[in-house]
Amino acid sequence: MSTIRLSVPETAKKNEIIEIKAMIQHPMETGYRRGMRGEVIERDIITLFECRYDGEIFFEGEFHPGIAANPFLSFYLKATKTAELVFRWTDQTGQSWSETATLTVT
Amino acid sequence: MIRLAACLLILLTSCSPTADVTLPDDAIATKDLQSGSAFLTEETRALQEDDFENPGLLWVERGADLFVDTSASSKSCADCHDEQLKGVAASYPQLDELSAELVNLEKRINLCRARHQDLPELTYESDDLLALTAYVANQSHGAPITVAVTEETRASYEAGEAYFYTPRGQFNLACNQCHNENWGKKLRGDTISQGHGNGFPAYRYEWQSFGSLHRRLHDCDTGVRAEPFTLGSQTYIDLEYYLAVRANGLPVESPAIRR
Repeated sequence: MSTIRLSVPETAKKNEIIEIKAMIQHPMETGYRRGMRGEVIERDIITLFECRYDGEIFFEGEFHPGIAANPFLSFYLKATKTAELVFRWTDQTGQSWSETATLTVT
Repeated sequence: MIRLAACLLILLTSCSPTADVTLPDDAIATKDLQSGSAFLTEETRALQEDDFENPGLLWVERGADLFVDTSASSKSCADCHDEQLKGVAASYPQLDELSAELVNLEKRINLCRARHQDLPELTYESDDLLALTAYVANQSHGAPITVAVTEETRASYEAGEAYFYTPRGQFNLACNQCHNENWGKKLRGDTISQGHGNGFPAYRYEWQSFGSLHRRLHDCDTGVRAEPFTLGSQTYIDLEYYLAVRANGLPVESPAIRR
């Protein structure tokens, strides 16, 4: 289970630029580290993040091993319509976690 | 004269919550006490204080969910504890009256699970135990640590104090040599802190994760190349207790960010 934290304003004025923040609990293990006994710690990273606004991708990012654990993202959106925002993180094995928020445009 | 002085000392010290505990010569004066966050960069302090960006809040949030969870037991934590947990963490470790043992927050949570929820113990340092501890500790955010030494807990206090002052490991270092005598100075690239536990459980950059005070103590022991104790062991709880008394007055900062 991965905890997800989102910060999305509940309402925005039409065409307002709003800041969105998203964080997910994930070790982002690089695969380059070794454990106490010298054994390789397997790579375990999120490779893709996407955020959809009314079904359409408006922000997307590819993650690589250089990204720190529990990745935190902040980005901006121009609020044009009342719609759902869907945040989805997908790891290297294809497992994914998602969370939604509703933005009401007045 | 000596007798008079002794009487006076007993009289004076008996007024404070830490009754008849004599502080060692090299102890940090109350006015000089500084939380670990005082030794961080401004950016890290800002991250700690941000109510969204602090990654420790991921565990607090998960703890909040677990606190009201009834999927495994008919009773959730919230069924017994409503708002009353505010400030409680500031007085831990404390004596568990039923078992007459000194317990820290983690151990208290596990006792509660066994006694009232009929649930198995959570493994020390598991994400769930960290999350619940962080959630409970966060209820006391900003409250000053007030841990008293009583007749029943005196032996634990003394055991913790002895640990603090015993040189150990290949480096033959005792806690006090860094954290009482040399705090504020540099050790490699770092500034030595006073070694308080008020920010724990905390998010540590070195771990890239959230961890308990015992994990931190374990790291200190490993750092001086000593054989570390088991997380959750009575030895570390006693030390945690000594550290809490030593930090009396500092605010609870969990979930703090530490290097």
